[in-house]
Amino acid sequence: MSSGTATLSPTGAPARPTALIRASRGLFQIDFQALWQFRELLYFFVWRDLKVRYKQTAIGAAWALLQPLMTMVIFSVVFGRFAKIPSDGFPYPIFAYAALLPWYYFAQAVNNCAVSLVGDAGLVRKVYFPRLILPLAAVLRPIVDMLLSLLILLGMMVWFGIVPTWRLFLLPLFLLQASLTALGAGLWLTALNVRYRDVGYTIPFLVQAWMFASPVVYSLNLVPAEWRLLYSLNPMVGVIEGFRWALLGTASPAMGPIFMSLAAVLSLVFGGILFFNRMERSFADVI
Amino acid sequence: MGDVAIRVEHLSKRYDIGRALTRHDTLRDHLMHSARTLFRRNSRASKVAPFWALQDVSFEVRHGELVGIVGANGAGKSTLLKILSRITPPTAGQAEIFGRVGSLLEVGSGFHSELTGRENVYLQGVLLGMAKSEIDAKFDEIVAFAEVDQFLDTPVKRYSSGMYVRLAFAVAAHLDPEILLIDEVLAVGDATYQRRCVERMSQLTSNGKTVLFVSHNMDLIPRLCQRAILLKHGRIHSAGPASEIVEEYLGGQITDANTTDLLQKPRYGDGRARFTSLEVIDAAGRAKGTHTSGDDLLLRIGIEAFEPVSDAAIAVALHNLSGTRLITSWTREASFPVSLQPGAHIFECCLRQLRLRPGHSVTVGLWMESKGTFMDHIDVAQMVNVVDGHGTRHLSTASSQGILLCDYVWSGGPTESAPTPERSLPSITCQP
Repeated sequence: MSSGTATLSPTGAPARPTALIRASRGLFQIDFQALWQFRELLYFFVWRDLKVRYKQTAIGAAWALLQPLMTMVIFSVVFGRFAKIPSDGFPYPIFAYAALLPWYYFAQAVNNCAVSLVGDAGLVRKVYFPRLILPLAAVLRPIVDMLLSLLILLGMMVWFGIVPTWRLFLLPLFLLQASLTALGAGLWLTALNVRYRDVGYTIPFLVQAWMFASPVVYSLNLVPAEWRLLYSLNPMVGVIEGFRWALLGTASPAMGPIFMSLAAVLSLVFGGILFFNRMERSFADVI
Repeated sequence: MGDVAIRVEHLSKRYDIGRALTRHDTLRDHLMHSARTLFRRNSRASKVAPFWALQDVSFEVRHGELVGIVGANGAGKSTLLKILSRITPPTAGQAEIFGRVGSLLEVGSGFHSELTGRENVYLQGVLLGMAKSEIDAKFDEIVAFAEVDQFLDTPVKRYSSGMYVRLAFAVAAHLDPEILLIDEVLAVGDATYQRRCVERMSQLTSNGKTVLFVSHNMDLIPRLCQRAILLKHGRIHSAGPASEIVEEYLGGQITDANTTDLLQKPRYGDGRARFTSLEVIDAAGRAKGTHTSGDDLLLRIGIEAFEPVSDAAIAVALHNLSGTRLITSWTREASFPVSLQPGAHIFECCLRQLRLRPGHSVTVGLWMESKGTFMDHIDVAQMVNVVDGHGTRHLSTASSQGILLCDYVWSGGPTESAPTPERSLPSITCQP
């Protein structure tokens, strides 16, 4: 009775298989069909995380507003009043807040993204779905918070007498760049986090360092001109300058840094997907 | 119908346990290890010992079949289902699947404790691959099956474990796949829940669904499945009609069944308490390996608890080698309260005047649960040979002659000259 194979039933004449499971997979291969099939899951993950957060906190959505608001107050006192950092001719509070908006979004997105796989380890071990959905949902969720904060900013603009222009409609483009940057970095971090839990500890430091490498508390003009192109390798430079340009009407960023930012973000995302795909095969075994 | 639903060809899965043992959970460990291996060139080769969880497994399942997968712990059953569910890729070989797959490897793995029952039904449904519109349509049916309608808007963290698993299984059972992969979901929940799961599963196959079913429950496999596959050390040991395979599997466990060290046995449960020993003893308390048909069967059960458990229950069940349950003895039915304290316990169970046909072996299985959750279960804790000690007149030991024994007399003849039937039976020798 013992043999390597056992045929339970004679071979039928089947049609094309709906799923073919095998070992070898290409280097850059995203199963778009599966992603599309599970698109509702993406929505439900975002919905679940929002819901759970607001259920567990006492003041719920207010946190999303308070954090950037309080940070703005602190920055205005420390960097605006004491250090007297120039703010391109705008009141420092609104100058800082216009940058804190994309920055808070980005910081949250990277953070969520980095812990997305480990946070749902039970699912990764026991349920099949395209793994990419978890980091994607993690990047999408904080957009809701950002939109709430945007309302406050619009209120502040009225207060300071700044009239929004048509440029406001280009804001989604810069938001997209921020999302892609967060996704690119997050994909690396979350895949690494599955194997090395150190990543969880490095994130707060990483995000803080990244903030000071971005023109959040200061203006791009403070960066020496000869360093600006290199500085713009940081994709968040383009995002933050873009936000200030679209919301406040600061001088439009130069083309060179914009392309630099774009190139950087695209290679970050592309590399992130490659790395994520490579690691994805062992997620269920290692996590 | 009749077409191939799952075709598995030379499927293998390797885990590098050497690497897993020295799994670098922190980056520092990894760097240290890399530095060390840099200087000791061969150490890497000696450390990585490949472990084949599955090796060259091939089989086919047709549409409409319910196939059971049996085997000891670590035989590769769960790995096989994980590969077929696309959770983990194989190392070699391939599998083709013809039809929509629903897999249920763990009950409630998609549940979030903060969300309500209603919200979790949607989340779980979408996770298993249902469309939202599909869940809308089946929502009432799912809730009715789970019997949680009053608690729909309560967070599931307030659910009893029974309600929790009922709801989770209800969602999966209403997923409408052509192929269903199930791993041991029946190991949880109370008896009513289990019975309904079983009903639902046989209902699914009668509707032409294909089910691949991993279980340790040797009662269930022959009842539910037409065919079964026995895995042993990652290879297919045998495949065929379910009852034969189960008999072979249980028979294979005889060899190690007489070790009384239960800690080595395959088991499952949440581990709050565990069985440590099981002895068949005679009236004087001496251990023995046989049971004399008609005598009392005395079992002494050692239990070690790791935390206080009130409202526990212990069950003993005897099976014959073809997996048919002969007897269940349950503390709840006997209204014997069991509460455990951290430390060792001894319980004794007396099955009075157990009249099994001599010449055969029966297996003793042990269960221990509390509030519907299994704490420990061992399928075959002990093998007991049944011997004839009372000079029974019925000498046939063939199992085709039945599994039970009783004294009997015959009388009668042609109706015209029938003598008065003699009804005084010899008194039964075994007294409690």
